[in-house]
Amino acid sequence: MAQKSIIEKLAILADAAKYDASCASSGTAKKNSKGGAGIGSTEGMGICHSYAPDGRCISLLKILLTNHCIFDCHYCVNRKSSNVERARFTPREVADLTLSFYRRNYIEGLFLSSGIIKSSDHTMEQMVEVARILREEHDFCGYIHLKTIPEADPGLIHQAGLLADRVSINVELPTDAGLTRLAPDKDARRIEGTMGGMKLAIAQARDERKRFKHAPRFAPGGQSTQMIVGADDASDADIVGKASTLYDRFRLRRVYYSAFSPIPDASAVLPLKRPPLIREHRLYQSDWLMRFYGFAPHEVVQATGADGNLPLDIDPKLAWALKFREQFPVDVNRSSREMLLRVPGLGTRAVGRILASRRHRTLRLDDVARLTVSIARVRPFICAADWRPTMLTDRDDLKSLIVPRQEQLELFA
Amino acid sequence: MSAAQQLRRGAIYAVSLPQADDFAFWRDRARQLLQCDVPPDRVAWVEPGATGSLFSHGRARLPVPGEGARQVRASKAFLQAAKSAICHSDPERFALLYRLLWRLQSAPRIMEDCADPDIRRLDELTRSVRRDIHKMRAFVRFRCVEGEEGVEHYVAWFEPEHHILRTNAGFFVRRFTNMRWSILTPRGSIHWDGEVLREGPPARKGDAPQGDAAEDLWRRYYASIFNPARLKVGAMLSEMPRKYWKNMPEAELIPSLVAGAQAREARMVETGGARFAERPATLEDIASGIAGCRNCPIGALETRAVAGEGPQGAPLMIVGEQPGDQEELAGHPFVGPAGQLLDGHLWQAGIDRSSAYVTNAVKHFKYTMRGKRRLHQNPAAKEIDTCRWWLEGERALVRPKLVLALGASAARGILGRTVSIASTRGAPIPLDDGSELWVTAHPSYLLRLDGEARDEQERLFASDLAAVQARLAELAQG
Repeated sequence: MAQKSIIEKLAILADAAKYDASCASSGTAKKNSKGGAGIGSTEGMGICHSYAPDGRCISLLKILLTNHCIFDCHYCVNRKSSNVERARFTPREVADLTLSFYRRNYIEGLFLSSGIIKSSDHTMEQMVEVARILREEHDFCGYIHLKTIPEADPGLIHQAGLLADRVSINVELPTDAGLTRLAPDKDARRIEGTMGGMKLAIAQARDERKRFKHAPRFAPGGQSTQMIVGADDASDADIVGKASTLYDRFRLRRVYYSAFSPIPDASAVLPLKRPPLIREHRLYQSDWLMRFYGFAPHEVVQATGADGNLPLDIDPKLAWALKFREQFPVDVNRSSREMLLRVPGLGTRAVGRILASRRHRTLRLDDVARLTVSIARVRPFICAADWRPTMLTDRDDLKSLIVPRQEQLELFA
Repeated sequence: MSAAQQLRRGAIYAVSLPQADDFAFWRDRARQLLQCDVPPDRVAWVEPGATGSLFSHGRARLPVPGEGARQVRASKAFLQAAKSAICHSDPERFALLYRLLWRLQSAPRIMEDCADPDIRRLDELTRSVRRDIHKMRAFVRFRCVEGEEGVEHYVAWFEPEHHILRTNAGFFVRRFTNMRWSILTPRGSIHWDGEVLREGPPARKGDAPQGDAAEDLWRRYYASIFNPARLKVGAMLSEMPRKYWKNMPEAELIPSLVAGAQAREARMVETGGARFAERPATLEDIASGIAGCRNCPIGALETRAVAGEGPQGAPLMIVGEQPGDQEELAGHPFVGPAGQLLDGHLWQAGIDRSSAYVTNAVKHFKYTMRGKRRLHQNPAAKEIDTCRWWLEGERALVRPKLVLALGASAARGILGRTVSIASTRGAPIPLDDGSELWVTAHPSYLLRLDGEARDEQERLFASDLAAVQARLAELAQG
């Protein structure tokens, strides 16, 4: 078979990587190339250099080192029994491609993942080699995210942490049963063990940096993970529960959700219908509620319906507010930040402004309208100097008054 | 006429700024005007290149503050916001800032009042400048040209909305320190040679290079990373509005990617095969369903599908690989040579075939023509996986306590993964529904062996069946 050109390999290996949701390039230590020999910088906030028509940002060069794989996970397009076209980059090719894109300001850095070739250790070695070439030979200061392989030798995973800004290990599925069924070669305990080890190493390195200026950095951007939604029958309540355990136990920076999407050559055990994209969106919203709005996991679960799933037509915060109407209305002039954050339609930013403004004036409904996006959504849940929604909050058809009437169009239903 | 008299007579003062983003100049003039108590409505601010308003030719000279003029106060928050807002392209920004500075003198905490219209406007200005700065960092695209002595020189053409080029230069210096680069814009240009940053005059698009070899790679990447199954054009447009597209090499692909998305998704689903309806409710439904099933290439061979046989509710389910030549002709499972061998062994082990449900992992016969003979071919993993739909349907209806898989294909049909016979035979594998799987060799494998190897394998096969029989008896009691 003729050798594939770089552009052909890029097409195959980028295509194979597109099912990974994560692409964040933020939250790592500040560094730049002043005084160094190479290029690159990270300044806290990540930059999205482009956007694809699927609405997802393109921040990193997201590719697989190879899509050959000895594992046979049913949801994965690269599983052993799938007959997709295979290709393989050498570590140096990946490094050159990254630098060539970075110099032209196409990307923030590299997100490298891989199918498993020969053995987990061999694959991990190759991935670490890419990061090593970039960091040591080219003094590259841009962002590197390595997807580590839980089955690999802990020493290799540690090296990955020393070179990368962020490392991640996918939990893949929200339940152990789902993992055994759909990813027979993976082991939930092993994945958790590796995550736990990673958490300790990150905490330890952070501690050392505080004491010694030149202590090595270890994954300063922390670790993240990804879950596939809709490939098994786990409900939103299960998923939210799993996510919050992961945040607590492993100090994860992010849990990404990826709606199971039809992949070429899908396996027959998978569900026949893909989950609505909006479900993924609702899960991210619930994730936000837990991370920024002070909701406890069990409170998010309270917002789910009888089937354990979040309602698709309204966001989880509104669903919660409609269920717990006795908590409302909230007085914008006196209530605490915590209570204001529970008001549907008020974001963290609007709440901050309300708190600042109310020191200077007693807020009227008009004032609140200037501080928020849509006063119509907020109105039934707040009191202001000249506003009291006495009848509104108790109305049976409140939901229909707030929810926009048009249906979200399912383009490919 | 003295300055004080001018002021009393309601003169209008014009201040011309040397540069559109010159914050220091604005601050000095604003302080001077404020110390002389010139109210905001008496100042006209003129930026370079402006066509000029009615008052831009204000003849009055700026008043000079006298001895002991009052201190001008400004909060840190205001200064920070003002520095950023001054980069905005709105000609009213200077007047807004002066008005706010004026108000700050009597109301020092006014910056906190987000409901105030002036504060809100200031917030809008700073936000849109911040966004423009961010988008420039994101959407600048360098193109490489060979400079003198073979040194690579990276040149970009960008059209910012606001006067942000100077403010943003530091970012590019920190990031591309060891590269020679230039950013050209209609409002000016900056050049970095690895050590010194120079400013240059405004440029035109034609001054920048027109292409770069790496752009083909980049476009290919862009097209490949896009997932056509989740088209969300609105989300893309809100972050990457059309106005930026003309200077981004990948943007030319967007219309065709969007247009082709639906077809691509349909094709993905198509090659994914397997579009099944509801789960079949009876074994008869399965029998008629498999007859018309064309979800894999074997179905397309147009052979007769062979349904499973045996009582619903049978405690034992025996799964083979696929019907062979004779089974296909007869329409019954395990009637050929392998079936006869199996019958013999079952009888020896004391298992009653008629009380078991006998079926295959794959329902159609896969073969190639060799002369006039139909030669058996192993089903591919994907074909087994596709057929699992039917096998799982049968398991759900028959609900056997024990499943006996003959051969690796049958084991894959039950487990969904390939296991080796040698390492799994002789011990139960628990299944999701509480039943258990026993794996052994396929009888046709025994038929292919001779001599000692055959004896050895027959012995193993017989002992597997004996173990199954023992376990069945145990299950029947428990």
